[in-house]
Amino acid sequence: MASITLDHLAHAYRPDPRDPQDYALKEINHVWRQGGAYALLGPSGCGKTTLLNIISGLVTPTQGRILFDGKDVTNLPTEARNIAQVFQFPVVYDTMTVRENLAFPLKNRHLPREAIAKRVEEIASRLDMTRVLDRKASNLTADAKQKISLGRGLVRSDVAAILFDEPLTVIDPHLKWQLRSTLKELHRALDLTMIYVTHDQTEALTFADTVVVMHDGAVVQTGTPEELFERPAHTFVGHFIGSPGMNVLPVRVDGATAHIGDVAVRLARAYPALPAGEKIELGVRPEFATLARAGTGLPVRVKRIDDIGRARIARVEIAGHAAAAMVPDGLALDGDRAGLALETRQIHIYAGGVLVPGEGGVG
Amino acid sequence: MDKPVNNRAWWLVAPVFAIVAFSAIIPIMTVVNYSVQDTFGNNQFFWNGLGWFQELLDPSTELGGRFFDALWRNLLFSGIILAIQVPLGILVALSMPRDGWRVAATLVLMALPLLIPWNVVGTIWQVFARADIGLLGYGLNALGIPYNYTGDTLSAWITIVVMDVWHWTSLVALLCYAGLKSIPDAYYQAARIDGASRWAVFTTIQLPKMKRVLLIAVLLRFMDSFMIYTEPFVLTGGGPGNATTFLSIDLVKLALGQFDLGKAAAMSLVYNLIVLALCWVFYTVMTHSGSERPEQGSAA
Ligand SMILES: Nc1ncnc2c1ncn2[C@@H]1O[C@H](COP(=O)(O)OP(=O)(O)OP(=O)(O)O)[C@@H](O)[C@H]1O
Ligand SMILES: [Mg+2]
Repeated sequence: MASITLDHLAHAYRPDPRDPQDYALKEINHVWRQGGAYALLGPSGCGKTTLLNIISGLVTPTQGRILFDGKDVTNLPTEARNIAQVFQFPVVYDTMTVRENLAFPLKNRHLPREAIAKRVEEIASRLDMTRVLDRKASNLTADAKQKISLGRGLVRSDVAAILFDEPLTVIDPHLKWQLRSTLKELHRALDLTMIYVTHDQTEALTFADTVVVMHDGAVVQTGTPEELFERPAHTFVGHFIGSPGMNVLPVRVDGATAHIGDVAVRLARAYPALPAGEKIELGVRPEFATLARAGTGLPVRVKRIDDIGRARIARVEIAGHAAAAMVPDGLALDGDRAGLALETRQIHIYAGGVLVPGEGGVG
Repeated sequence: MDKPVNNRAWWLVAPVFAIVAFSAIIPIMTVVNYSVQDTFGNNQFFWNGLGWFQELLDPSTELGGRFFDALWRNLLFSGIILAIQVPLGILVALSMPRDGWRVAATLVLMALPLLIPWNVVGTIWQVFARADIGLLGYGLNALGIPYNYTGDTLSAWITIVVMDVWHWTSLVALLCYAGLKSIPDAYYQAARIDGASRWAVFTTIQLPKMKRVLLIAVLLRFMDSFMIYTEPFVLTGGGPGNATTFLSIDLVKLALGQFDLGKAAAMSLVYNLIVLALCWVFYTVMTHSGSERPEQGSAA
């Protein structure tokens, strides 16, 4: 069992990286706790696969170290690490039966035959695959194949962490949900660290205790789904998580007051020392912005109202900037004039995209 | 839902029928026609029924004897060719670079022998292997190795086999290379995670994924080597003696040398049937070996 420590890790695919843009993965320090369920969330090309491949040893990092329980494994080959990985497209050995597929990693490690047979049966029953054990793996559906890939990781009793690289991409939507709950069950039953890569926020937020958000080769925030929702550390996280994403408006901050154009917004904290020269922005999630009658709150113009099923979202314009807000039931609008009420404690200030903590505060 | 019956689409197929008729059916029927007749020249033909076929398939007759001798030679030659070129082709494909500028360079280099016309290949090797002026022949003799492809059966066979390996192994290698290139990286990565050895990667991933192209390679190489004509004809002319007289060479001797049109026609029909039958056997064996293919649809 192992916790995985990334120590000043960075990777560039180019041989002689100079400026930060050459790095597919910028310097990262992180500890993956033993037994944690992690999601690695980020848009396409942000370096998720690269990070995963470094952990499993398929890629050797340009810089930094990886420690399993304090032991340096940076230069250890993949097969010598107790890590399993499931890929985007299911990998099964076509010529083998399901049973032989599951036995393959153990056979390669020269375990006694009875031990292999016992372990394969055990894992097959966990994955609910006992019935198909003697079928040819190539004839199964994509989700069954993906379970075999997972099973090949689970059979190895030494495996401490399983890495998933967008494992549900090619699975039918109604089976996705099933497979995801299988994963959660396995995580609870076996004391395994799971790192789950995805660019789908729902998938990440339902699977993980801790979500690591990546952007452009760097980790921008690590936290629980609630933290990511309530206190995005970066405007990118605000945009990327939530639907619709966080409202981000350019402002001028003066003590505990923010000015959006000529509209003044009271803040819960004071920001006396904002860095000069950086772009200052105010962030507030639509869930904490409520549309009200004209004359109350901040003056806005309503452009459009979208019904998204569980709620109605108003697209508004505040001092010339677009924003989204919730429409309470029973609100009657006349014309396009309305007011906007913000929950003061849920307003965040960002300098150059990064959250600024602020000082004091009312509680 | 009454659809009007309209047969005009047949006109679209008509040109194909015409081409097939002129290129295949009419020539074959001409041969069939010759095979059941005898001639003494002068364009006079006599009905001979299945006589030629009976004689051909009876090894104790003169015709049957030379037919079976040539047939065994052909089978032996194809067997040797496949046994060398398929493993060698796979080995070459495995050691070809996977990316970078070297890919293009290797591909061009490998394609070169394939672009040389058959009779030129024969001529190149004929000169190359000559004991008096050829680099190979002269060199071997100078090293004290007795080598003379015009006089010695073994030398002649070795020369023809080496020539064919030189000419055609690239084809097998290129086909296998295409098969290898189509394997996604994830397979190799999964194999590393599963701790598979190099040999296990070959047998569990690469070979199964190459199966289809290998089937094509074996079929092509078999048919082509079984019907070999030009290169041995140019190199040895079927000699020494009859040592390298393959069916095709014998057929030409029979038809054009002796003008035995009936015998030659019967022989070419049987030859043709053997090629078809062997290809069918290869194909059936290789497509059915160890897999219940059909249910592809649900996956991927
Ligand atoms: N083998 C490679 N050689 C060179 N560059 C690469 C290689 N693999 C990835 N990259 C580059 O590194 C960056 C990060 O790629 P990576 O595959 O880690 O992204 P990702 O977050 O997994 O994206 P996706 O969601 O599309 O899978 C990309 O810009 C990509 O082009
Ligand atoms: Mg990826």
